[in-house]
Order: sequence, then C-alpha cells, then structure tokens
Amino acid sequence: MNDAPDALDVGPPHAATVVTRTQESPTIFTLRLRLDDPAAQAAYRFAPGQFNMLYLYGVGEVPISIMSDPEERDGIGHTIRAIGRVTQGLAALQPGDRIGLRGPFGRGWPLQEMGGCDVVLVTGGLGCAPVVSVIHYVLRRRERFGKLVIIQGVKHAEDLIWREQYDRWAKLPNTQVLVAASEGGALWPWHVGRVTDLFSLARFNPKRAVAMMCGPEGMMRSAADSLLAHRLPESNLYLSMERNMQCAVGRCGHCQFGSAFICRDGPVFNWGTVKTLLGHRGF
Amino acid sequence: MLVNQLMQQGYQCFGPGVENGAIVLHELATPDAIPRGLQAVQSPGRYQLTQDPEQRYFAWANGPQAIKPLAFAPTESLWRVARDATGTLQFAAVLPAAPKRALIGVRACDLAALALQDAHFLSAGARDAHYAQRRDALFLVAVQCAAPAATCFCASTGDGPTPTTGYDIALAELTDGFVAEAGSARGQQVVDALRLSPALAQHIDDARKQGEVAATAQTRRLPGRKLRDALMSQLEHPRWDAVAARCLACGNCTAVCPTCFCHAEVDQPALSGESSAHVREWDSCFGESHGHLHGFNVRPDIRSRYRQWLTHKLAGWHDQFGRSGCTGCGRCIAWCPVGIDLTEEVAALTAREAMP
Repeated sequence: MNDAPDALDVGPPHAATVVTRTQESPTIFTLRLRLDDPAAQAAYRFAPGQFNMLYLYGVGEVPISIMSDPEERDGIGHTIRAIGRVTQGLAALQPGDRIGLRGPFGRGWPLQEMGGCDVVLVTGGLGCAPVVSVIHYVLRRRERFGKLVIIQGVKHAEDLIWREQYDRWAKLPNTQVLVAASEGGALWPWHVGRVTDLFSLARFNPKRAVAMMCGPEGMMRSAADSLLAHRLPESNLYLSMERNMQCAVGRCGHCQFGSAFICRDGPVFNWGTVKTLLGHRGF
Repeated sequence: MLVNQLMQQGYQCFGPGVENGAIVLHELATPDAIPRGLQAVQSPGRYQLTQDPEQRYFAWANGPQAIKPLAFAPTESLWRVARDATGTLQFAAVLPAAPKRALIGVRACDLAALALQDAHFLSAGARDAHYAQRRDALFLVAVQCAAPAATCFCASTGDGPTPTTGYDIALAELTDGFVAEAGSARGQQVVDALRLSPALAQHIDDARKQGEVAATAQTRRLPGRKLRDALMSQLEHPRWDAVAARCLACGNCTAVCPTCFCHAEVDQPALSGESSAHVREWDSCFGESHGHLHGFNVRPDIRSRYRQWLTHKLAGWHDQFGRSGCTGCGRCIAWCPVGIDLTEEVAALTAREAMP
C-alpha cells in the first residue's frame, strides 16, 4: 500500500478557491480547486485513492476522494454527488468561490505492487471517482503495466458520467472498457444488466492481475466472488471503503471497522482484511 | 492538608461533591470542601445517594463522571474561520486554556481508562493538541476503592480496585487516616512538602487487605481476553435482538463510559455571518447520525448500534489498543435507564459459544 501522509492535517483547513465547476450529471458535479497559498498548492501531493476533507463555510466538512491526475500541480479535482447538507451547498459554488480543504488522508491504491500486472478496475456509480486517478496513473506509465480493464456499472443510463472518456479509453490499445446499466435507455450503447455480467467479457490474466473495486458494498461483494472464481488471487484484490468520517485522522470513531479506522487505515484495503466483517450488515 | 498544598502550588483542585444527586468530581472552593460520609447505592438502572456510617471521605464508588470530561472536553472549538465581504476565508486554530488541575479521588478503573484515552488521543506522531493541552495539566491523586458498588467489576478486568499506575499520588483511606504513596517525581515533591509521618507496616498491610476485600466483594465479572473472538463469532446471535428490544439507544452508556472517545464535528456559524466555529462534541454510536452515509444509514436499527458498541469496546479495542476498552467501572450498568447489564449481555452472548 502507499504511504500514509507525512503529517496529520487535523485542521484548520487551507483556504481554497473553486477554479472550475463542471456539471457531470443532474446531481453530480466536479470542482477543481486551488489552494490560495501558492506554496501550499505547489507542495500538495496525493496518492490515487486518497481523499480530502472539503469544508463549506458555516456548514461543515465532507470526505471526498481526489479524482484529478496526481501529476497535475495547479489544481485538485473532486467529483461530488449533491446528496447531503454539505454537498448540496458545494453544488451551488461557482468559480471564484472559497472553501476550505485539508488532506490528503488515508492510504491509496497499491500502485507500486501493480508493476507488470494486468489492472482490472471494477466500479459502481460514483465509485468511479476514487479510481479514475488510477486510470490516469496507468495511462501515463503504460509500458509498466499489462492489460487495463475498466468495468463500470450504473443504475440508470443517465447516471453514467465521463462518457467521452470511456469512449476514448475504449479506443486505446491493450485497454478494455466494459460498462453496464441496470436500466438502459435510448441509444445506450453498452450492456444492460449488472456489472458482474461483464466479467465473462473481461480479458485479463488472473494470475498476473491486480483488481481494484469501488462502489456499493453489495456490488463489491458480488464482484469479488466473480473475480475470485476467475482465480484472481485474494491478495491481489483491493477495494475502497466508505463510512461516516468527521475527523479523517482516526479519532472521531465513526468509521471504526474491525481493527481499522477506515479514514486512517483505509479507505483502500486488501479484500482479505475486510471480507469477514463485510458479510455482516451494520458495521 | 493535601488539597491545601496543591492549591498553594497553583492547582485548581477538583474533588468529590454532589451535583444533580450524584457524586462527581467538581471544583473545590476551599481546601476543606471534600465532604465526608458520601456514598451511593448502585444497581442496574439505579443510583441513590446514601450516608457512609463510618463517615469516610472516599467511601463512594464512581458516580457518572470523573476524569474524562476534564481531559477530553464534552464540547470545544477546534478552529474558527472568518469570512470577509469578498468571501475570503481565514482559518485559525483554537487551543484551549488549560489551567493546572489536581483531581483528588480518582479511581483505578478511571486511571486505566485514562491510559486508554491517552493511547487514542496521544498516539505516536498523532498527538491531539486539544486533548494534550488538558491532559498535560492534570495532577492525579488516586484513592483506593474500598467500597465498590454492586455494579463494579474492575477486579475481573484487572484494573482495580487498588491503583497501581498512572497517578501522581495514591491514597488508601483507613479508619484512622490515609496511607499516601507517590507515583511520580512531582507527586513525590508534594508528598515531601506535606512532611507526613512514615506509614507503619500495619497501615500498609491494612491498605493491602482492604483492596483484597474490595476485590472479592465484587459480584459482577467480565471474561478476559478471549472475549474478542467469542463475540466476533456471535455477530448474528439472537441475543442482539433481545437487547435491542430493551435498549432505548439513549447513549447514556457511551456518555458515562470513561473510554468512549467518539465525537462529532459540527459547525456553529455566528449570527453575524462573519465567522464560524468548528466544534467537536461527544458523540454516541447509539445515535442515528453515527452511521450516516450519503443517503443511507449503515446502522439503521438499535440491534446494530448496540452490537457496534459492544463489539468495538470488547473486541475491536484488542486490535486497536492491545486490550479491552472496558475497565470495569460499571457506569453503563447503573446509568442505563432500563438497566441493561453489560456483563449479563456478554455472558449470554458467549454462553453458547462452546456448543456445537
């Protein structure tokens, strides 16, 4: 796994400015942020899979994964669904508006351990956001990896964001893009059904593959069953988890899961370390 | 005499006193403000003040709160942000003022609990500045528990009733006075300043025996380390449903627990709109918001919340902190409005474990 951040950023947050705002779907939007302190922005580094706490003035903080390219130096991207008190407020922000940001937090995807491997990414809904920086990472270092298989599922066809990117990735050599929607729609070019239906179409060498999952836990459990049935070694299966997080440094207790605080010890875990408890509702 | 000395050394002194019908540690106005003869009868869902016939100072077992709120504040600002007319945000850390405080009459269970809070808030490389500020200012005068309540089970968790570590001074109250022992350099310095007469071997022996009697007087117990695997193998036990049918999810148990550390972070904007405080306050895993996640709740029912609490406290802590999160103070039993008894629940949950 990647190293945890050097120092715990318990706050106060850094002041940051919204640089661009992109509406991705009726409820999903992307904010590209820049820290107001140029030195802090220049020094900002993150590993794909890590998250930031975004602070909306007077309302509160939310944990949001970082979706931008880790090589990008002048902005930090977050793709957010407007669903709660803070995220609905964040949705109303426009370029030039100010927010607070602290992070990055947690441990990211095991990119160092993926060298030479086929990379299989299985995501559901907005679970694509914490994984898209892995796609950027792999595409920038294409020669270091084998096949890249991108599997994304959504409930409704209209929930799929980044359609053009999926189309673009699908045309790249050695790259496979498989998308499914439980409910299709007019002109839906991809599969109608569940993500797990797509595994029979995925072409990768399970013995030399690393799989990363992010999405609803039911989907990840089914996906894990399929991948392991395809003889992917359990040690090569990773997932990103989500729980209520308020401090982001393993103190507030909300994201305790077995022996871990997900914000600090995750959000990325090896499947083997969390599979038992994931089978029980309520943790 | 001891309180006088500590006050002279500039400590704000906290000792036992009655607040809202219960014995808590509160600030002592004068060196002689510690009452004599206070006692309380405790049982599941019950706490009743009584009189100690021997008129001792420390014949009471723990009330609802002692050390925890003085190190881990129930509510405090972590940082503030100011917003000017252009929308520019300016963030600033807020650190608490932490006067030197001496706590007189803390018990072994709470010292063990404080060590666990220290492990959580002061872990290597991740000191919590707010906790550290208050914690570092504490001078702890422990008292051996000679009269445990019916709800106490510190002997079975290995944390009491006689304090063995984590104090500056430990006292044992005997019929004819106190035996004092320093546990730190600054504790020794205070003891030296008191010019006490050396304890007789008889007094030391009486204190030891008093601790043994207090330990054997405890009727409740919690099984030891094996509890972790035993509980985690019973996650779908029907007893969880039975306890959920009684539990009100009021969060009293987590509020009185000396090791519970969950806290929420909330924002309190000023009415002027020009600033906002980011505040942390004690939270409870029994509350609806604890398991809240964008649009759904990880723990929507009381069954999963009680199970969360018990399995974290008695199983997860072993992995996270190297020991159980229960120090046997029994507060969750006495202060539960419906009298749910943690030791009874654990016994029921693990009783069937040996069965095929």
